[in-house]
Amino acid sequence: MANKNNEALKQPIWVNNPVVVQILGICSALAVTSQLKPAIVMGLSVTIIVAMSNVIISLLRNTIPNRIRIIVQLVVVAALVTIVSEILKAFAYDVSVQLSVYIGLIITNCILMGRLEAFAMQNGPWESFLDGIGNGLGYAAILVVVAFVRELFGSGKLLGFQVVPQWCYDHGYLNNGFMIMAPMALILVGCVIWIHRSINKDLQEK
Amino acid sequence: MSLRNYLDKIKPNFEEGGKLHAFRSLYEGFESFLYVPNTTSRNGVNIHDSFDSKRMMIMVVIALCPALLFGMYNVGYQNYAMAGLLDQATFWNKFWFGFLAVLPRLIVSYVVGLAIEFTVAQWKHEEIQEGYLVSGFIIPLIVPATCPLWILAIAVAFSVIFAKEIFGGTGMNFLNVALITRAFIFFAYPTVISGDTVWVVNHTICGLGANLDAVTAATPLGAAATGVCSGFSVMDEFLGFIPGSVGETSVIAIALGALLLLYTGIASWKTMFSVFAGGIIMALVFNTWGPEGNMAAAMPWYEHLCVGGFCFGAVFMATDPVTSARTECGKWIYGFLIGAMAIIIRVMNPGYPEGMMLAILLMNCFAPLIDYCVVQRNVNRRAKRIAK
Repeated sequence: MANKNNEALKQPIWVNNPVVVQILGICSALAVTSQLKPAIVMGLSVTIIVAMSNVIISLLRNTIPNRIRIIVQLVVVAALVTIVSEILKAFAYDVSVQLSVYIGLIITNCILMGRLEAFAMQNGPWESFLDGIGNGLGYAAILVVVAFVRELFGSGKLLGFQVVPQWCYDHGYLNNGFMIMAPMALILVGCVIWIHRSINKDLQEK
Repeated sequence: MSLRNYLDKIKPNFEEGGKLHAFRSLYEGFESFLYVPNTTSRNGVNIHDSFDSKRMMIMVVIALCPALLFGMYNVGYQNYAMAGLLDQATFWNKFWFGFLAVLPRLIVSYVVGLAIEFTVAQWKHEEIQEGYLVSGFIIPLIVPATCPLWILAIAVAFSVIFAKEIFGGTGMNFLNVALITRAFIFFAYPTVISGDTVWVVNHTICGLGANLDAVTAATPLGAAATGVCSGFSVMDEFLGFIPGSVGETSVIAIALGALLLLYTGIASWKTMFSVFAGGIIMALVFNTWGPEGNMAAAMPWYEHLCVGGFCFGAVFMATDPVTSARTECGKWIYGFLIGAMAIIIRVMNPGYPEGMMLAILLMNCFAPLIDYCVVQRNVNRRAKRIAK
């Protein structure tokens, strides 16, 4: 049993990553990764919401009528998203402005509905909690990697601090403006998938 | 000892188990570059023309030479003209200055691009693909002569990997590699490829040329986008004595290349002709109904064709056999839309004074769709005929 829980937590972080293997949550991965800070906040928010909603749905799973289960799931997720959104507005206003609608749009993030339908409806609360944490962290990891590259090469900063020294700029170095744009995020996610598949060879399509 | 014998002699080194096996693709690339391969297929009936794709690529490179040579001369000419020293500089002063300014860009383009090609070929155990011969030659021609080498290297690496190799290499790319290089620089480092300070080399090279400070020379298109008159005559723009990317300024030099391409049948005259037709018609439309006070809209059609990369794009990039439409009817549509889109982007969006690059890339994306529709229409027509 402990082994299964371990799997639920670890699988989604690398081998069965929601972003690069299941290709879920791409939209927000492109939108919020131009800087590292919003990407981290977004990753944590999704982790918390997936974990909590997984637990709640898992507890309710035997009482939810099958026909209306999507609506029940949506209500739970929407309530959690609203709470997270309010907390961010209260304690991290700048970041919540940067993230703008994307916190609200966590409701539509495919990872949530996917985990609720595929995992929480069949498993107990503790496994579901671990599964939610694993998937959220798997999502957050990709966001952080992409945002790290984008902020470093796009603005020469990390977490808002200047990393590329001034003498580089004096000698003709320029920030790569393309990194700030969404297409580059897609290409970077593609690169992560490329690396991921060349390590996990059984995922390669024939 | 002839070259052929020498190649045969060193061949065993590159085969499986040989000392230099790691450079097999390099050897094969050069061997088939120098001599048309005499291998024949083992099964089925195939007819091979000796005019294979390596010979075709070389022909395109030869066609590009007038534009390159004139571009080199013009780089020198612009520098001396800005310094006011035109009457003191000889022809060779100007040419060598431009030669030394452009050569590093040509070398960087080839070294970076071919290094990636050779690495990929070796890694995938394939033959070296020759497509980069042309792309590598075009790239220095479509960037300003002041483009920093490290930016060019990054852009070349990006486009060869992401526009070509990941789709399967030469012949599989659906976007023009040279244009992706330019588009990458345009979006990633806009300050080195647009504005009015990048088009003229402003320092001496090996004692040639003149040091200029705070030189501003807008291209005619850049000037038109900001609503001022560039002051160049249409004749200057036609002959090419204007600031701009290295190879794109002279219509005469490009026309020489175009004649060779059309004579050898490498470029499709339909695509080329319809690009010009699209451009001319769209320019006339804007002349008649264009917005008031828009310099680019008021520009007469013949000037639109002379300035910017219109001719260069129409001759060397719209006709790229890999990325353009392949059906005969599709070529007309594809070319016409490139010409029309280029003028629309020039006129309607002052942020992108040069529309040719974006127009060709856009239509590259649509070329398969155009082909599909043309083929499907033909299929339907024939199906109807059978049904009768």
